[in-house]
Amino acid sequence: MASEPHLVTERRPDRAEDDSYRDLRTEHQILNMGPSHPASHGTVKFVIELDGESIVDLDIQVGYLHRGFEKECESGTWYQAIPYTDRLNYNSAILANVGFCLAVEKLLQVETPERCQYLRVLGGELSRLGDHLTRAGAACLELQAMTPFLFGIESRELTWDLQEALCGARVTSNYVRIGGVKHDLPSGFPAHSRENVAKIRALLKDFDDVVTENRIFVDRLRGTGYLSKDDCIRYGVTGPLLRAAGVAHDLRKSEPYLVYDRLDFDVPIGEVGDNYDRYLVVVEEMHQSLRIVEQCVEWLEKNPGPVNVDDPRVRWPAKGRVFNKMEELIQQFKSVTEGPMVPAGEAYHAIESANGELGFYVVSDATAVPYKVRCRPPSFINVQPIPLMVKGSLLADLIPTFDFVNMIGGECDR
Amino acid sequence: MEDHGSDVLRRVIAAFPDAIRDTHARLGDATALVDAARIVDVLRFLRDTPGLDFDMLVDVTAVDYLGQLPRFELVYHLLSLKHNHRVRIKARVGEPSPEIDTTVPVWPAANWMEREVWDMYGIRFRGHPDPRRILLYEEFEGHPLRKDYPKEKRQPLIGPRN
Repeated sequence: MASEPHLVTERRPDRAEDDSYRDLRTEHQILNMGPSHPASHGTVKFVIELDGESIVDLDIQVGYLHRGFEKECESGTWYQAIPYTDRLNYNSAILANVGFCLAVEKLLQVETPERCQYLRVLGGELSRLGDHLTRAGAACLELQAMTPFLFGIESRELTWDLQEALCGARVTSNYVRIGGVKHDLPSGFPAHSRENVAKIRALLKDFDDVVTENRIFVDRLRGTGYLSKDDCIRYGVTGPLLRAAGVAHDLRKSEPYLVYDRLDFDVPIGEVGDNYDRYLVVVEEMHQSLRIVEQCVEWLEKNPGPVNVDDPRVRWPAKGRVFNKMEELIQQFKSVTEGPMVPAGEAYHAIESANGELGFYVVSDATAVPYKVRCRPPSFINVQPIPLMVKGSLLADLIPTFDFVNMIGGECDR
Repeated sequence: MEDHGSDVLRRVIAAFPDAIRDTHARLGDATALVDAARIVDVLRFLRDTPGLDFDMLVDVTAVDYLGQLPRFELVYHLLSLKHNHRVRIKARVGEPSPEIDTTVPVWPAANWMEREVWDMYGIRFRGHPDPRRILLYEEFEGHPLRKDYPKEKRQPLIGPRN
């Protein structure tokens, strides 16, 4: 949208009342938007049929970031698939790590230690925060508001600092292992996290002050991108989009995995299902994630213990034993060169990722190489009903709608 | 046919005694293998029957069991938001031209998921409203997730399309 600073007119004239529109003979125009457009975060091409500025029809062409995730997973060991899961939703890599490992552990029937589960929840919620901050921040940026975007990015840096302390990487974390996690908490993490959580809360307050009741922002979001509760369900839409439409469905509550049933948090829901509700749901979820992070850190401080399951099928023996005992040396060699042998069978496990239900359907033929790793990508499935959300509305409404659907190309196209 | 203690499987078996080929509930995932010709009937029954109410189609995918007959297995994951239960429905289709009825009339969510299965496995969905490839481009040769598609295979270069 080209900005026209000199014009301040009433938005959205009611066409039915404006007679001049009726006699005007117009032709529909086809507009290509993308695959690389500065106002859409995500590599996707829209072919839009326009009547003036109104969207008549819309074809979404995805796949520009397809890089054969499933095919690559089928050619390495089970462990070698974990770094690929980082690169699905690169805003919330740990969530995808957790989702994949939980599916494989279901097949292996491995139960991880309590401390490991708290660490996974902690990492996952930091990831979710980063994802939501990117979504809300980038939405402001694409609506021409730079300042709130910087608040969002600064907060995301703070979550990334914590992720870096936890696993040594900021974006592609590769933190979770089958049957455990890579490291325990580093020393000083609790104090560091409390400091950053307080800073993020302050930044979210600033963000809220600038955006939530901002006239321009509210006008661009309220009533746009509407998708009804029934349509959400028929189209398989999950995550903040479904909750914004008023369905209190969150896998952390409805099918609790890890230790979510022991943590105290709320699931915010919207009333209408438009972009403004999505914004409110996302912001409230960030506050809930901060609460979960605090509870996890508090628990982890008080309860030391192992972070890896004591199961030679999946985890390596301690280094001291590897260097001094023949059996452990052999076991380490086998673990590194072959990886775990997963019993034959099939399993589906879904987690609540930042975008919705992230499921992994894994099939094993009792070898060290996955037979099939299917990722059920929430981004891909949530993008499908965008034409429903924007048909009949203005072209400019596509931008905030697409922002709050939050398509992540890596996850959508795999 | 055994229902493995699953209420959902018990009701599906009772409604389609001749269409269910196999069931299991290993690892807590209730699963039924259904005659491919009856897939839409079974899925519609699961969606519309009070007490089952599978209102959400979570995922459609396929697995290539190269060497087995029939070769491909389609996998449908369903979720009921109302009752918070899940079921997995599977159907086998074989070569030379693997095809199955589309489920788009039951759940519009199936549209893109089935396009992806066509793209990756080359399984046709009869009656699909928009049977294009989705992640790959129209000129792509072959279906890459088939087990006989080599990972390193090169594709012919195509020029720009205008």
